[in-house]
Amino acid sequence: MAPESSEGTYPDDLRYHEEHDWARIDGDQATFGITWYAQDSLGEVVFFDPPEVGTTIQKDLSYAEVESVKAVSDVIAPMSGEVVEVNDALQDTPEKVNEDPYGEGWLVKVKLTSPEESETLLGVQEYRKLLDN
Amino acid sequence: MTTETALRHTPLYEQHVELGAKIVPFAGWEMPVTYEGIRDEHSAVRRHAGMFDVSHMGEVEVEGPGALGFLQHVLSNDVAKVHIGGAQYSCLCNEDGGVIDDLFAYRLGGDRFLVVTNAANHEADLEWLGRQSRAFDAIVRDVADRYAMLAVQGPHARAVVARTLGVELPPRFHVSHVRIGRRPALACGTGYTGEDGVELLLDPEVAAPIWRELLDAGVVPCGLGARDTLRLEVNYPLHGNELTPERNPIEAGLGWCCKEETGFIGSEAVRRARAEGTAEKLVAFKIEGQGIPREGNPVMRGDERVGVVTSGTFSPSLEIGAGMAYVSAEIAEIGEEIEIDVRGKRRAARIASKPLYAKRS
Repeated sequence: MAPESSEGTYPDDLRYHEEHDWARIDGDQATFGITWYAQDSLGEVVFFDPPEVGTTIQKDLSYAEVESVKAVSDVIAPMSGEVVEVNDALQDTPEKVNEDPYGEGWLVKVKLTSPEESETLLGVQEYRKLLDN
Repeated sequence: MTTETALRHTPLYEQHVELGAKIVPFAGWEMPVTYEGIRDEHSAVRRHAGMFDVSHMGEVEVEGPGALGFLQHVLSNDVAKVHIGGAQYSCLCNEDGGVIDDLFAYRLGGDRFLVVTNAANHEADLEWLGRQSRAFDAIVRDVADRYAMLAVQGPHARAVVARTLGVELPPRFHVSHVRIGRRPALACGTGYTGEDGVELLLDPEVAAPIWRELLDAGVVPCGLGARDTLRLEVNYPLHGNELTPERNPIEAGLGWCCKEETGFIGSEAVRRARAEGTAEKLVAFKIEGQGIPREGNPVMRGDERVGVVTSGTFSPSLEIGAGMAYVSAEIAEIGEEIEIDVRGKRRAARIASKPLYAKRS
């Protein structure tokens, strides 16, 4: 059988956190979400409990929860910053996290306090290697 | 994977792997939790027909001139009321009235019964039944390896099974001897989903071809995930969650399957609980807004902890968070407002009538 990671998609313009989160960095702002592997492990997402706009979040710590029918999972911040926008559309269509984890299934937008943290994140090759292990 | 003892595989394990099921350890077995998604599997059972490999469940045969008397002694229901070909739900209680297991007993003959146990309790049940049977002229036999068990459930389940396998099926709460895959089998009009359907006890050797025949006939394979959401919506208790050796059937709302006049083990404690009432009662509840309750969440009223969630989930049919909880008897009334402490967040909820999901006719 094919290894798990090759089933999923992992865009090469993203930075990855080993807890299966991604960041799309644009200057001092970034969009966060969970990876294909994370949504596949969790199963159908039925609820996203977002942080409030203005919340300060810290790299490596949980900032939100996503829930499937059976399980709840903490979402880990890949970088530190202040939440400037949350994906409100997920309140009605949480399944977007499964269907389009890097697009319509994004979770929050953040004003980064330490953009240099991106250097500690993984590139797509490193992240795929992590999944293969 | 690191496991102390090897996990067991049902005769249908290869089928699950082939279908790409997500496999999880459950009560010592590797079982499919879902194939294509819990919500689709759930709705297949509510609307059409789904099938579950429940071969991990145990079977115990009780046979002999004293079989009826013995089962009357250990099971909470009035077993004498079960005619040959009948099925009956019971609790297996300890002396304190605590529930060791909940199970169906099928009467296969005048002196012959089959009892289907929960996988996690099979060994404990066997030990208990063996010990209690000594005073009776009855033999307790572990026959779990003789059967694969396939639950086919949903409004179309009976029709598909009858047509595809060419068998005549017994009515609800009955069992009949049939031939499936040219081998003797038992067809039972029982299930755990709140839908009509059957549970088939098959020769393990024919389980895989029968599974494939039903698959080709359009029956949707369903995992333990959907099994749990389906039973939760209709408030069937799960042993280990709602039922434990520390809780009696009365507080669990199972007084209807306890007939104390038969003098079963635990009947004195059950009689007392029924007469005096219990401190807590099992209730069903729905979340009023957002949030999904989970097992172990505290039930709150203001600053007071008034209970605990025993099972919680997102209900695919109701599309809200829902569950069951033990709460103080004083507030165990339909319509009462409660709050569920979901990992530190208070979620408004209301005690609701059972079953939470009822079919619209």
